[in-house]
Amino acid sequence: MTTSTHFARKSALRRRLLGGMLLASLIGLPAMSASAQEIFIPNIVELSGAGAVSGTNWRDGIILAVEEINAKGGILGKKLNVPHLDTQSDASVARAQVQKVMDDKPYVILGPVFSGSVLVTMALAQQNEIPEFVGGEASAITQRGNKFVFRTAFGQQFSMPKIANYIRDGLKAQTVAVLWVNNDFGKGGRDNFVKEMASRNIKVVADISTESGQVDFAADVVKLKAANADAVFVYTNEEESARFLKEARKQSLKGSLIGETTLLSQKVIELAGDAANGVKGHVGLTSDAPIPALNAFGEKFKKRFNYANDHNGIKGYIAVYAIKHATEKLGKFDSKALADAMHGLTITPEQEPGILMNSTWDANGDIDRASFLGEVVGGKQKVVEVLPKLGK
Amino acid sequence: MSSFLQLLVSGLATGAIYALVAVGFSLLWQTSQTINFAQGEFVMIPAFFVLVAIKVLGLSFPIAALIGIAVAALVLGVLFKRVIVDPMLKHGVLPLVVSTIALSLFMREAVKDFYSSQAQPFPSLVADHDITIFGTVFSAQSLALLVVALVVVGALHGFLQHTRLGRMMQATAQNPTVARILGIEVERMILYTFLINSILCAIASILISPIYLAKFTNGETLGLAAFVAAIIGGFNQARGAMVGGVLLGILDNLCAAYVSAQYRAAVPLLLLVVIILFRPQGLMGRVEERTV
Amino acid sequence: MKRVHPLALIGGVIVAAFLLSAPMFLKSYGIYLLALWAVTTIAALGLNLTLGYAGQISLAQGAFVGLGAYTTALMTGAGVPYFVAFLASGVLTFAIGWCLGYPALRVQHHFLAFVTLAFSTLLFLLMRNEQWLTNGIYGINDIRRPTVFGISTNKNTEFYYFALSMLVAFAFIKWWMIRSPWGRAFIALRENPLRAASLGVNVRRYTLMAFAIGSAFAGFAGALYAPLVQFIEPNSFQLTYSLKLLLMVLVGGAGYFLGPFMGALIDLLLPEWLRFTQGYYLLIYSALVVTLMAFCPTGVLGIVERIREARISRAASAARAAQAPSATSSN
Repeated sequence: MTTSTHFARKSALRRRLLGGMLLASLIGLPAMSASAQEIFIPNIVELSGAGAVSGTNWRDGIILAVEEINAKGGILGKKLNVPHLDTQSDASVARAQVQKVMDDKPYVILGPVFSGSVLVTMALAQQNEIPEFVGGEASAITQRGNKFVFRTAFGQQFSMPKIANYIRDGLKAQTVAVLWVNNDFGKGGRDNFVKEMASRNIKVVADISTESGQVDFAADVVKLKAANADAVFVYTNEEESARFLKEARKQSLKGSLIGETTLLSQKVIELAGDAANGVKGHVGLTSDAPIPALNAFGEKFKKRFNYANDHNGIKGYIAVYAIKHATEKLGKFDSKALADAMHGLTITPEQEPGILMNSTWDANGDIDRASFLGEVVGGKQKVVEVLPKLGK
Repeated sequence: MSSFLQLLVSGLATGAIYALVAVGFSLLWQTSQTINFAQGEFVMIPAFFVLVAIKVLGLSFPIAALIGIAVAALVLGVLFKRVIVDPMLKHGVLPLVVSTIALSLFMREAVKDFYSSQAQPFPSLVADHDITIFGTVFSAQSLALLVVALVVVGALHGFLQHTRLGRMMQATAQNPTVARILGIEVERMILYTFLINSILCAIASILISPIYLAKFTNGETLGLAAFVAAIIGGFNQARGAMVGGVLLGILDNLCAAYVSAQYRAAVPLLLLVVIILFRPQGLMGRVEERTV
Repeated sequence: MKRVHPLALIGGVIVAAFLLSAPMFLKSYGIYLLALWAVTTIAALGLNLTLGYAGQISLAQGAFVGLGAYTTALMTGAGVPYFVAFLASGVLTFAIGWCLGYPALRVQHHFLAFVTLAFSTLLFLLMRNEQWLTNGIYGINDIRRPTVFGISTNKNTEFYYFALSMLVAFAFIKWWMIRSPWGRAFIALRENPLRAASLGVNVRRYTLMAFAIGSAFAGFAGALYAPLVQFIEPNSFQLTYSLKLLLMVLVGGAGYFLGPFMGALIDLLLPEWLRFTQGYYLLIYSALVVTLMAFCPTGVLGIVERIREARISRAASAARAAQAPSATSSN
């Protein structure tokens, strides 16, 4: 009897000791120390959960850029080491991941895409003086005086005025309805849009919230028909846009359908078929733009990953090339100097083909570049007008 | 008026799908006390079986659809019962609940990692065109969906009520002990319900995917809707689940149009709470007796 | 009641020593993760009470964490001292838990699960849509960290010690509750509600109490979560978070006192351990959970116990075998 309990005790103790040591080593272990030959640029992005689609696109854009750069010898002779860490679309995990890579002294941080996660992590980036290239489009990101955050696409405070001008000048609409997806992307766009409409004295006669993943838009279209607006601004993700367009055509909704980037994307046209014809709007980043570099990128992406990219793919790709160009210009790896150099920097495709389009970063980290007014004609996106950069 | 009709038909089509999924859900609960938290994913995944059959094996859509249903019956019916449900039943409801939650996560991640994270176009049973009746526009797709779903649910109802096998299955669901005494092969009956559930899910999958597009997240809302529909209608009655599903689909559309779009998801849940408080056996259900 | 094993005590001391000294050899990420572990464990402890001891499935534990987090964030944002907000978070979640459980348990046993499921989604919609109060989908940013006994917890190390001491406090409260006559009534309930009722335990009241207290634990965890992450948004507290907590408790071992500690640890560290599998860790985690439930539904601690029992019985039979001949020879 005594022998047996003694036996059990001893093994229990051994197990606990072992457990303790295991724990210590597992948490304490430096996750991925950068070697002298490599430059450490972690990507922290939504790879599972609600943001998985955008995050996967963003990641694959980055992978493409990193492969190209490394194949040509890297930046200043150093290869890029870009691990991809999943935020699980959750701000607390995003914060943990950024905290973690900070311990290993990154040169730059890439991601996240969700604006909420960007807002949490950019504070850490600022504390550690590490630049962060983000995919988020919420206007708040660049309005907090953070000198280490850089966008890779228009903030909504820039894209919405362009749409608003088009609705006022191009369509001469008196009333407008807005249909938006109720997440941080859609709500941010909707709030900026409504503000721009108010300042142009255009009346918003219907303001309709939809759910992400919604499949049945019958009720929403019924409401839009009742509102009878001159123009309907649609701000939802790709699949929802396509389902909405089909329902709108079915119920023969009147009024111009206006979108921003997603509504005119190739994916929506492919999914909605004929129902997408006649859709107009503003297009920021798209592989369908009349710019050969962007088309070529789209083909390259499709070949490498076997699916068509959305604007997040381009954003990720551009981020890496912006870092490359700015670093080579500096001639050294210095995070703080890079952040300083990025402000006011213009990169042209002649200097750096990977940037795809002439782009400027302003003092807040906002990006400025040309964009397009487009229309879907015969199942193809047609660019009607090129809108120049704002800063000109 | 025509807009009201429009909403009604649209809601009916969505509701018919909910009903298909909810019926299977409550059948599983009745015969084996399985609360299947992966039910939504059971509807999401057969579309990918079909897509694999088309893209990898190069089969035509109708054959691929049949293969999809067969694979679903095998994997989501037989394998699911043998590998996951059977070993856990003796441990009570809770481990099985957790296991199906993990299973739903597994299926979602598997599709995302091994097929695609993007929504996939899916072939349709009927050509996509619109039909106008009494000033209301119907899409041929949702009409076909509605018809097939109603036929399937009706056939199932007839099978359970009017065939010997169906009645044996019902007896098993209502009281396995007595059923066993009556000489019914309870084990086999339970396996049949798992088969029926998987086939219903596969049919639902093939019906909705042309409209919803095949995507790894499709199960999230569907599973929850089936769950709610089953409880509203009456957890222990297949008939109840049908009524619950259709009611839910119509209610969702009417609320989005006439009450609040921001809170459209809240309405079925409020209804659920009200039902639980005032008619816990569900609209069509019987009072369940407590066993020791 | 079993006495505490002296060697278990030593094991405990080692773990305690590790937790106390962790900031000396961990980098800030490790410390943040441990603080997150402490906070998550408090929520899981509460769920374990509802689930493991009162036998009720709650699918709203994550929602209650959210309720606590929003209460604290909004109150401290309005200038209320942190500890008042902290207490208010617990009291509010207790009260709402009680109101939620009361009608559900009145009707039928497993209906609490359905009601909490509905509650979880309804609360998310409220947090998202009532922008005047919660700032809606944008969430609340720059949540201040408290000053405890004159020490600011702005640095992760200080906050970690604060969270750890809270974890110890709540673990102690729970330990005390389970040992009290009250806690034994809980266990009687789980084992056989009908018999417990016949022995004079007011089943409904005790179940309700367990659920409300479990919810309050989540509320307190939320009150710690908000200043830890310093940002909250409705998305974080959706049904998925509740399901994740449920998984944690079951994986650790429902009904084991140490189960939630273990479950939360596995949930937070597994992505770390499975880093080498690239993006496949969720796939592997979910497969592991399915397997674990099939072979050992009592969780990881259940496995540990099983191994121990097997060893004891093997050792006992070995001892018996060794003793038998010697006994005869000595006689």
